[in-house]
Amino acid sequence: MSVLVYTESSKGIFKKNTPELVSYGSELSKKIGVELFVLVFNVEDCSMLSQYGATNILKVDNDGLNLFENKTYSNVITKAANKINASHVVLSSSADSKYLAPSLCVELDAGYLSNVVELPSSISPFTVKRTCYSNKALSDSTIESNIKIIGLSNNSYGVVENKTETKIHDFDVALIDKQIEIKSIEKASGKISIADADVVVSGGRGLKGPENWNLIEDLAETLGAATACSKPVSDMGWRPHSEHVGQTGKPVATNLYIAVGISGAIQHLAGINSSKVKVINNDPEAPFFKAADYGVVGDAFEVVPKLNEKLKAFKS
Amino acid sequence: MKILVCISHVPDTTSRINFSNQDTAFDSSGVQYVINPNDEFGLTRAMWFKEKQSASVDVINVGTSLTEPTLRKTLAIGADQAFRIDSDPKDGFFVAKQITEFLKSNSYDLIIAGRESIDYNGAMVPGMIASMNNMNFVTNCVKLDINENIATLEREIDGGKEILSCSLPLVIGGQKGLVEESDLRIPNMRGIMQARQKPLNVIPAFDCELKTKSVKYYKPAERNEVKLIPSDNLDQLIDLLHNEAKVL
Ligand SMILES: Cc1cc2nc3c(=O)[nH]c(=O)nc-3n(C[C@H](O)[C@H](O)[C@H](O)COP(=O)(O)OP(=O)(O)OC[C@H]3O[C@@H](n4cnc5c(N)ncnc54)[C@H](O)[C@@H]3O)c2cc1C
Ligand SMILES: Nc1ncnc2c1ncn2[C@@H]1O[C@H](COP(=O)(O)O)[C@@H](O)[C@H]1O
Repeated sequence: MSVLVYTESSKGIFKKNTPELVSYGSELSKKIGVELFVLVFNVEDCSMLSQYGATNILKVDNDGLNLFENKTYSNVITKAANKINASHVVLSSSADSKYLAPSLCVELDAGYLSNVVELPSSISPFTVKRTCYSNKALSDSTIESNIKIIGLSNNSYGVVENKTETKIHDFDVALIDKQIEIKSIEKASGKISIADADVVVSGGRGLKGPENWNLIEDLAETLGAATACSKPVSDMGWRPHSEHVGQTGKPVATNLYIAVGISGAIQHLAGINSSKVKVINNDPEAPFFKAADYGVVGDAFEVVPKLNEKLKAFKS
Repeated sequence: MKILVCISHVPDTTSRINFSNQDTAFDSSGVQYVINPNDEFGLTRAMWFKEKQSASVDVINVGTSLTEPTLRKTLAIGADQAFRIDSDPKDGFFVAKQITEFLKSNSYDLIIAGRESIDYNGAMVPGMIASMNNMNFVTNCVKLDINENIATLEREIDGGKEILSCSLPLVIGGQKGLVEESDLRIPNMRGIMQARQKPLNVIPAFDCELKTKSVKYYKPAERNEVKLIPSDNLDQLIDLLHNEAKVL
């Protein structure tokens, strides 16, 4: 038995969620009393993983894995899991990992819980807490099968420093033929994605029109934040759909979520699972004030530029 | 082209969520049920294929008789026939297994499911159906076109999008973008009348193990009362975010 943590990387660089995933996997393996293996695709320098308790690294180097493709990746992860006799496989909640997990379940005949937010409260039966009902509830859920797959929510467990010796095992695998052809990838360059951000600045209908989005963008730039919006804002085409947060849009699990001119409808709140929420709204009765840690009642057109100036001064 | 749309029957997005039986079951009293929003986008796209490319559109749900009004609604929107596998769906693996059993005697070129249900939030059923039946699979799908036997799709990824192409048979996990909000259809009187004549076939469930169980539910901890900061004292806000919340 062992724990396998699948880390994600792009162009040889680990994704931001890696330290948290490895921290979780390390603590999980200790709790169960088995070895930890961290699976890495095409990253030259894995030394940073030693800081978070990665005792073993399973290192795959293969140019065929430069681009994510679900079946090819899930096949390699399955082979890795079989090689080390994995009893537990830990993945993140990124778009790619959520794509992989159900395929892995079938290949490994495993049970899978997504949106897990804690270490198991019991090893037998294996019981973890996960969010459900679009963040309106949590459940204690068990996995009954021999192999267990855990999808960890971003920013739920946190990063735990735990320096360790690391053994690197090279893992050679033959890749299966691709069934799906990737024609092109468009990444918004230079922009931080909602999934990778620590802070998200989000705007609603209170901003009146797309021409005022410089308010949101400037504040986001100062904070190194991603930008987001409410659903009507994307429905009206002020912002792209990919920025829409909520039950029918993207989930956010950042450290700080700043909502500007958003009323706080229940479907919007269902997408927010951040540790701290700050709201700027000119209506003191806006429901968002009931779901926030900090609030400023005021006109966004006055408050946001002032706040931005002060933050710039604070940062420098 | 034969299309199957997987329909999850979920509490309306505005529902208050409560639990019963010592927090071991969902309390459905006073709750309105709807087609899972991601499935409604998929169903609407399926209607487009029906009208423009003469596809046939069946819908399927694994659920108890309580889901029938939701299935009737999909028929009123324009699906040709509905299938209900008679069982209380306990986990995603179970649902995917039941649908796989159904597919042994019914074949489809395209299976449209939602990226995620808004109640269980598993994001697992479509991917499992694809793997169990050795079909191609694309999730977070925001665009889908089909020409001859080839699908061209757009998938939302973290920080961008990806254009993909593959052959049928295919399973997708759909979401908004597949169609726009304004394309969604409210059933009209004619549709509702026609739906009464359309087949709603009930199929017994087959025995199948559960891989996961939800044993107890909780409500999230209440947030502390909001701290209001006067708009002329933003220095205090920065101080709180830095020293108290430690997020700056
Ligand atoms: C099935 C379904 C699914 C949905 N899913 C989602 C979802 O995923 N995400 C989502 O966001 N919504 C969703 N909605 C829509 C949701 O119900 C709300 O309509 C929406 O969130 C409101 O967006 P908003 O807050 O930007 O706009 P509004 O509700 O119009 O709020 C604007 C706010 O801005 C404030 N304001 C106005 N002027 C200023 C100013 N100068 N300065 C500061 N504040 C100002 C106002 O006081 C108000 O509170 C869904 C709805 C349905 C029916
Ligand atoms: N009980 C069910 N019956 C039919 N389809 C379902 C059922 N549960 C989930 N699905 C489909 O699978 C998708 C993802 O659901 P989930 O894996 O629960 O997030 C949903 O959007 C539906 O399309």
